[in-house]
Amino acid sequence: MEKVWRGRWRGGRSERVKAFALIAKVSKSLRARSRAPSLCRHGLLKLTSPPRTCPLPAAALTAFVSSLNIYRFRSCFPAPFNSSSLRTPPALTMNADNRKGELVDLKSQLRQLAGSRQPGVEDIKRELYKKVISYMTIGIDVSSLFSEMVMCSATSDLVLKKMCYLYVGNYARGHPELALLTINFLQKDCHDDDPMIRGLALRSLCSLRVKNLVEYLVGPLRSGLKDGNGYVRTVAAMGVLKLYHIAPSQCTDNEFPAMLRALLLNDPDAQVVANCLCALQEIYAAEVNISPETALRDREHLLSKPVIYSLLNRIKDFTEWAQCLVLDMVSKYIPSDSDESFDMMNILEDRLQHTNSAVVLATIKVFLHLTISMADVHQQVYERIKAPLLTLVNSGSAEQTYAVLSHLHLLVLRAPALFSNDYKHFYCRYSDPTYVKKLKLEMLTAVANESNTYEIVTELSEYAANVDVAIARESIRAVGKIALQQYDVNAIVDRLLQFLEMEKDYVTAETLVLVKDLLRKYPQWSHDCIAVVGSVSSKAVTEPKAKAALIWMLGEYAYDMPDAPYILEGFVQNWTEENSAEVRLELLTAITKIFFKRPPESIKMLGAALSAGLADAHQDVHDRALLYYRLLQQGVEVAERVVNPAKQAVSVFADTQSSEIKDRIFDEFNSLSVVYQQPSYMFLDKEVRGPIELVEDTGLLPMGPTTTDDVLPSQLVDANDNDLLLGPSDKEDSIVAASNGSHAYNGPDLSGFDSLSAPQRSQSAAFPTPTPQVATTPAATSTSLLDFDDLLGLNTYDVSTPAPSSLKLKAKPSLDPQAFQRKWGQLAVASTVDHTLANVAALSTPQPLIRHMQANLVEVMASGGKAPTFKFFFYAQAADSPPTSGFFLVELIVNTSTASSQVKIKADDASLAPHFQELFLATLGSFGF
Amino acid sequence: MISQFFVLSLRGDNIVFRDYRGDVSKSSAEIFFRKVKFWKGEEGEEAPPVFNVDGVNYLHVKHSGLLFVATTRVNPSPALVLELLQRIARVAKDYLGVLNEDSLRKNFVLVYELLDEMIDFGYPQTTSTEGLKSFVFNEPVVVDAARIPSLGPAAMFIPGSKRVPGTAVTKSVVASDASGNKREEVFVDIIEKISVTFNASGYVLTSEIDGTIQMKSYLTGNPEIKVGLSDDLAVGVRSNNNNTFAPDYSVGSGVGLVVLDDCNFHESVRLDDFETERALTLVPPDGEFPIMNYRMTQEFKPPFKVYPVIEEKGPFKAEIRLTVRADFASNITANMVVLRVPMPKTTTRVSFVLEEGAVGQTTDFKESTKVMEWCCRKIVGGSDHVLVAKLTLSQEKNLNIKKEAGPISMTFTIPMYNASKLQVKYLQIVKKTKSYNPHRWVRYVTLANSYVIRT
Repeated sequence: MEKVWRGRWRGGRSERVKAFALIAKVSKSLRARSRAPSLCRHGLLKLTSPPRTCPLPAAALTAFVSSLNIYRFRSCFPAPFNSSSLRTPPALTMNADNRKGELVDLKSQLRQLAGSRQPGVEDIKRELYKKVISYMTIGIDVSSLFSEMVMCSATSDLVLKKMCYLYVGNYARGHPELALLTINFLQKDCHDDDPMIRGLALRSLCSLRVKNLVEYLVGPLRSGLKDGNGYVRTVAAMGVLKLYHIAPSQCTDNEFPAMLRALLLNDPDAQVVANCLCALQEIYAAEVNISPETALRDREHLLSKPVIYSLLNRIKDFTEWAQCLVLDMVSKYIPSDSDESFDMMNILEDRLQHTNSAVVLATIKVFLHLTISMADVHQQVYERIKAPLLTLVNSGSAEQTYAVLSHLHLLVLRAPALFSNDYKHFYCRYSDPTYVKKLKLEMLTAVANESNTYEIVTELSEYAANVDVAIARESIRAVGKIALQQYDVNAIVDRLLQFLEMEKDYVTAETLVLVKDLLRKYPQWSHDCIAVVGSVSSKAVTEPKAKAALIWMLGEYAYDMPDAPYILEGFVQNWTEENSAEVRLELLTAITKIFFKRPPESIKMLGAALSAGLADAHQDVHDRALLYYRLLQQGVEVAERVVNPAKQAVSVFADTQSSEIKDRIFDEFNSLSVVYQQPSYMFLDKEVRGPIELVEDTGLLPMGPTTTDDVLPSQLVDANDNDLLLGPSDKEDSIVAASNGSHAYNGPDLSGFDSLSAPQRSQSAAFPTPTPQVATTPAATSTSLLDFDDLLGLNTYDVSTPAPSSLKLKAKPSLDPQAFQRKWGQLAVASTVDHTLANVAALSTPQPLIRHMQANLVEVMASGGKAPTFKFFFYAQAADSPPTSGFFLVELIVNTSTASSQVKIKADDASLAPHFQELFLATLGSFGF
Repeated sequence: MISQFFVLSLRGDNIVFRDYRGDVSKSSAEIFFRKVKFWKGEEGEEAPPVFNVDGVNYLHVKHSGLLFVATTRVNPSPALVLELLQRIARVAKDYLGVLNEDSLRKNFVLVYELLDEMIDFGYPQTTSTEGLKSFVFNEPVVVDAARIPSLGPAAMFIPGSKRVPGTAVTKSVVASDASGNKREEVFVDIIEKISVTFNASGYVLTSEIDGTIQMKSYLTGNPEIKVGLSDDLAVGVRSNNNNTFAPDYSVGSGVGLVVLDDCNFHESVRLDDFETERALTLVPPDGEFPIMNYRMTQEFKPPFKVYPVIEEKGPFKAEIRLTVRADFASNITANMVVLRVPMPKTTTRVSFVLEEGAVGQTTDFKESTKVMEWCCRKIVGGSDHVLVAKLTLSQEKNLNIKKEAGPISMTFTIPMYNASKLQVKYLQIVKKTKSYNPHRWVRYVTLANSYVIRT
């Protein structure tokens, strides 16, 4: 309101007055210098009338003006509208009438000046032009002045010319008929002696963006490309691209792309080469839709060895921006052999020390892509780029930090093991903006491992008390995620429980959600957790997610919390005030569950909840209430089997992003995809996206329908996967395929374990999952990051563990599940051993043991079970045996509570079985040491 | 590549607007500003530098109280666009002398001239201040640098440093003095931002120095310059010593050795003499640019120690006693030392007791954020300063008052001090004539980036 008011007030001052004031000032200074006392105020005002009546003594003006350098004209007129009126932009403040008046005013002034050849008139023009441009900038439509502006532009004053070009470029598209007016003087300027004027004119000519003027463009463009001056050629190369955007066929018909290609290889001016490169890339990318074959061939030519090498060899001639362009193209080039890759990397090595982060990231992309199929070198690249990236993260502005950190974040998430010693660099700084801190928290979560968890969690706990609430929340979530990743989390659980004692609402809320997740994975800690959760006042919990978590825990651990039914009762009484459907759904389930456990205390509440649920306006809540009601009609036992069967602990929570997507993002390294953490097809408009190189889905699907619920199919794929950058997506594909139709939990018996031989059984035994908090995620969705981790880790494992016997195992044996199953059925048991294993007591998931075995060349086919009982199927192959024989198959059942194990071994060659047994038991015995 | 470039004031006014490709709506500036101003998210988060609205990507950097924005519909390298925006701001500063809303408004035509040459059809062209000179025909309208609060790292030299003429750093590369003579001088600034975190018992948890050697040259004819750094400089030690395999250079190699974790260099720098003499050779282009950035995690002596004592003093009362010790030589003075302490949320009132004879110290307690601030305009090396804050609380019992107060964060500027001990030994202008002896300025400054004392 104040603005409008102020604007009115301003608008009240007529612009005419201001213009007069300007002229008055001109006069003052002129008077002073030319000693022309006769120039009275009245006379000067007449300057706005046609020039022939102008009373200014021409001689005086000429003398004055010529004393100034026209090109370096120091504005001696203190421009009134620059210093005062522009401070509050008229666009936002002027009312319509005033604006119109002002434009009419400008128009007439320009018209009067148009024909004038008065010396000094240029300076008045300059000020008028400036005014027009400033209106244009703030969004006022000054296109009505077009013809006047063009008329005035016949000038040799470069400053004026440039302003005129700017104006014309801005409005030509909207006024094609007027744009025609400009062609004449632009074409003339294209032949000027001064290369700069030629360049400027050509650029403006190409920037008109008017289709029916294209014919005037071709000639100047052609001569521009052949111009002796580099600047003109630079402009012309870009002009070809502009032409292409207005009229693609005109551009290609005139053989412009071919001319650019010639310049690309031969032009001495690096900037010309760079502009040719970006023009060609864009043109070919667009041509793919028109004539795919030629365009693809042309693109291939662009990526051919001679072109790439000619660019690489003169990389230092380019500006840093052009270097980025070149590097981006080089990253698409596929070298013929590894020697070539190393040569290229040697050439580019010093680019990693550049102060410009864009150059460094573009170089890193080249390095990553070059080494993609060389696992060990690829890892060295990670090591090499770490220091430069960390330096860049801390040397620029917050925005630059963000761009670099996003990329580092991507790399850290791909190979957390390589960064686990650098965790201190990811600590948040006080001065970091929230968006940087969030990235750092995720990186800290990713790199946490056995050795650094304590320190990381200590640091994160500090942030939980942070004044920045968003960061405090994220920190707690991070602690929770680390807890879910690790094997020994007692200490972390203690921390989470300390958070509850902080008595901050949002801290409590976040913590409750995490405690719930932890309990789903580690039911064995229910005692410690429940004791604290029980002390949380339900009134202090307001956020829906936290409420739902609390209610779930109350329902699940009703036996451990004496007053659980009474707390839930409180929730039921407030049913109508509860806005969140999520909470009401959870409440229904929890109350039904508690009814199975403590019926006398909860039957009344169940009735109340069910009737409230049936009356609920929310469809899901109503349906669930109805479902429970009807189930209970079938009998309490039937209902219990559906609503509250025994649960299997969740071993791995689903990753929110599929590995296929992660791979796509990695392919688009050094682009916005990395910042958004989305592949480009998710955020770009289709029309402008250009051709996307669709990656063929080469998902290997080694497991047919034989795979079943309890196996961890990712392990199956690992066996086939000896390539670091085969990419998790391939694995993921197979995982998804494998887990179709599998369910989160099964009966409490070990029936699932037999599933390799009887897959149908476990499927029929599984119930649909009615409660949302029980993950419908198959346990199978193991994180692919873990796999990546493993793969990288392989290099550091001691592969040559001294075998106690003469038997040597083959590295990376390959056996598909069908073959395994067939062999297992065919072969007789060679030996069965019962074994005591003190070192497995701490085992809470199968993975650590699997990793240990894999490190010792024993591969896993399947694993499953929950604490305390786990079951594994392993296989190994004797070294120097043919691909299909010499296999050893093992079934291992581990009971962590009794620290015992049962080993069943089958072998292709039964004579080797005792040796293998010895080896296997020794390997098993060394686990955890 | 980028479709539009514009500069907005913090109120959202368009100061400069350039459309390069015409594929993004003209109202993008408005959409952008609304989005940034009302960035969704919990508890008033800041908008990230890159976001997407309806298929248009908006990238921006904040510079000198202005928003430099680029829009695009394609998928460019974010680092490239953000670096470019930063560069545009720097070039504008080189030409205008001072970069702020006022100077930009007064010189927008000149800025358009620059933009025309820096970007063509959305692709960056030449951005060197030097190369652009021949395309710029407008004279900069110089705004009065003294009147406006100075911004940017160079500004810190103006107060309290008599060695440097104040106008030098705000001089345009194209403007000449009133006399018409260009003053021949070159500035080399060693700017170090230090990050230190102390734990509750005063032990340093993490510390890092991020340094920049910045140059600004006003020398005619662009002579070659040789910058000699400390002889005992070592580069490229593994970024941490947790790894037992990494050799620990900081032990046993003698005191005074400066070990950088990593560094990078400006394109114009030649490293021929770096290995042998630790010298950088370059032909400095016009304008301000970083010669070298470096990062150091080697232990160093933090310039300030803070000893907080937080105690409960009976019902509804608590006391925080802060002691600041300046741990550097007495001929050095730190400027604008500010300590911020978040108070327990039950705090209703705070009264401060300054030490006797305190000069230039102010205190403040912000009720809305519950943060107290203690500002000392100057602290001389070797001195101690004490502040006692008496808190009135709304709760009778406050069990974990210690946990609720803090962490303390600190900002300061220490001119002529550098924490890393990296020195510029000489600044040699490789030119034959003896009469040519331009002014050479080497300046050091240390800033707090993140200086946190946990309680």
